[in-house]
Amino acid sequence: MSQISINHDEVDIVIGALQLDLKSFMEEWRPVFSQFHLIIVKDPDLKGELEIPAGFNFNLYTKSDIDGVVGSSSNAISFSGYSCRYFGYLMSRKKYIICIDDDCIPARDSAGNFVDAVAQHITNLSTPATPFFFNTLYDPFCKGADFVRGYPFSLRSGVDCGLSCGLWLNLADLDAPTQALKPELRNTRYVDAVLTVPARTMMPVSGINIGFNRELVGPALLPAFRLAKEGNLRWETVEDIWTGMCVKVVCDQLRLGVKSGLPYVWRKERGDAIESLKKEWEGVKLMEDVVPFFQSLRLSTSAATAEDCLSEIAAGVKEQLAPTNPVFARAAETMVEWVKLWKRVQTQ
Amino acid sequence: MTTPVTPVAPPLKDELDIVIPTIRNLDFLEMWRPFFQPYHLIIVQDGDPSKIIKVPDGFDYELYNRNDINRILGPKASCISFKDSACRCFGFMVSKKKYIFTIDDDCFVAKDPTGKDINALQQHIHNLLSPSTPFFFNTLYDPYREGADFVRGYPFSMREGVPTAISHGLWLNIPDYDAPTQLVKPRERNTRYVDAVLTIPKGTIFPMCGMNLGFDRELIGPAMYFGLMGDGQPIGRYDDMWAGWCAKVICDHLSLGVKTGLPYIWHSKASNPFVNLKKEYKGIYWQEDIIPFFQSVTFSKESTTVQKCYIELSKMVKEKLSKVDPYFQKLADSMVTWIEAWEELNSPAKSAPAANADAKRSRPLFIFFHSV
Repeated sequence: MSQISINHDEVDIVIGALQLDLKSFMEEWRPVFSQFHLIIVKDPDLKGELEIPAGFNFNLYTKSDIDGVVGSSSNAISFSGYSCRYFGYLMSRKKYIICIDDDCIPARDSAGNFVDAVAQHITNLSTPATPFFFNTLYDPFCKGADFVRGYPFSLRSGVDCGLSCGLWLNLADLDAPTQALKPELRNTRYVDAVLTVPARTMMPVSGINIGFNRELVGPALLPAFRLAKEGNLRWETVEDIWTGMCVKVVCDQLRLGVKSGLPYVWRKERGDAIESLKKEWEGVKLMEDVVPFFQSLRLSTSAATAEDCLSEIAAGVKEQLAPTNPVFARAAETMVEWVKLWKRVQTQ
Repeated sequence: MTTPVTPVAPPLKDELDIVIPTIRNLDFLEMWRPFFQPYHLIIVQDGDPSKIIKVPDGFDYELYNRNDINRILGPKASCISFKDSACRCFGFMVSKKKYIFTIDDDCFVAKDPTGKDINALQQHIHNLLSPSTPFFFNTLYDPYREGADFVRGYPFSMREGVPTAISHGLWLNIPDYDAPTQLVKPRERNTRYVDAVLTIPKGTIFPMCGMNLGFDRELIGPAMYFGLMGDGQPIGRYDDMWAGWCAKVICDHLSLGVKTGLPYIWHSKASNPFVNLKKEYKGIYWQEDIIPFFQSVTFSKESTTVQKCYIELSKMVKEKLSKVDPYFQKLADSMVTWIEAWEELNSPAKSAPAANADAKRSRPLFIFFHSV
């Protein structure tokens, strides 16, 4: 990992609080989080007072704040559950946003060192990405690595990185059927690499551990794809997968990069895959339609901002996917409302 | 990798050839002996055919020098490079096996982070025998690997994968840099062991290094032509690059997979960067046109086999790259010659490839016959 000097004023860490007790989560992250400004958003469906330890610089947003800002859009856009974080993105004015699920604690690398996930995300976001040609030594800007023989020189300056997707040790982000089939499976492999996901290659972005450049792709991180029986366990959602594909399409269109790999976080055991599977499996089925749609999506050459791209994506969803399932129709509507909301709030 | 309690025969022992181009010696084989000895070797001796290359005892091999290449291919031998490791592709052509593993003679056994010797050949076999996933990126890398799987969001309909055609391994110690990078960073060594194998997505091309490479000859063999390099040619050190770009676009068209990552070998020898610069420098300019060319290649639906794709590709090369340099016309012609030679040596109608059937046997005595 190359040493980047981080300007702390450029970073917000957004915490979506789906549980009241944030103490252990924040204590584990204290060495890192205490250096930054935090935006904590309480799930509007969560009743009770959040327990936040002392010594952090944060702004807290709750249901009343959300209702106050969102107003009439609140019909179309839901900020319940995992989606509460998107309100935090809306409120931020910083260049970089890092967001980690509240059931994840810092990981240790193969040498036993504490992994500063925030620093790694910022490094990923502030060094160029290389989406147009694959480098077999992974991140060429990393210390000790470079572009390999055969890599065109005109592509070596790279492009800006819009999104940084981290990974998870222990409980990996597998879907419920997979984890139910292999209940003992834990991810113990620390892969010491960051790589740029090539242009036009689609991928499932997990919302558990991400960072993004709000100035470049901010509006594309949106709450839109809500399952009928969505719950508060990742096994019961695919909203981040949908959002991630929107971001990837936007990045491909705007010639920005998406990186995947380091940093790792340690994801704690929570929930029961089989129970989740009994409750909700629709998300798994819907991916069969979602993925081919995004893979074949082509935006017009005039879509030059993230907002423009999202409007076109929403139109595509409405036309091609909405007829097959109401969840898509709602997603398209929500996307349109979100873009309006984003523009309104950002210009205030 | 886990080792079984009772010894099992080395996997694919009779289905895999190890192709090694060499101009110096084969001393490096001693270190690989525990892993390579069960397998058949095809040695392609570059340079002076009168030089005797000693193969360490105990290996089963066939060896071809330039005289053999000329004798076996006749006028078609013009497509095989001289004074360049690109000549290795002759070994691919004469092999009768399903799988090929090719390695350079300055590549040694590396150690993994636990200190254990890496059996690179076995890892390539694992890679080739398990599917690839080029259509959708798996963030946990190879989903078929022990301890991994497909992540949430990965459609189930894509989880079967496609057959793997190429397994591209990496190198610790001396990295595979081009000459300008070597000049700027002469001391840089690759010390990072990245414990992953991943499929290179469809639509993405990559710089394929021939130092540590496995492939399924039946699936992609005819596309693994290493071009015209070395003696009498305006360019060198782009042989494997060229093969990789051609093979990848064909794999994408035929829904075959290309993997990269593990295994690592230990690359011991840094070639002279000034010599490299002379060989490469035209390539550095030309690749600015070559890359967009490959990125925009599409095949007609009639190109349903590797050979047909390759012939179609040779026409596109002639049509679109000749204006970059007349070399590409020659290269396009050689691509056709290569396929013709491949068909001749590999058509089911023919029984033996070589005019001299004795060339297939492993007795060292025959070296003397070939060297005269």
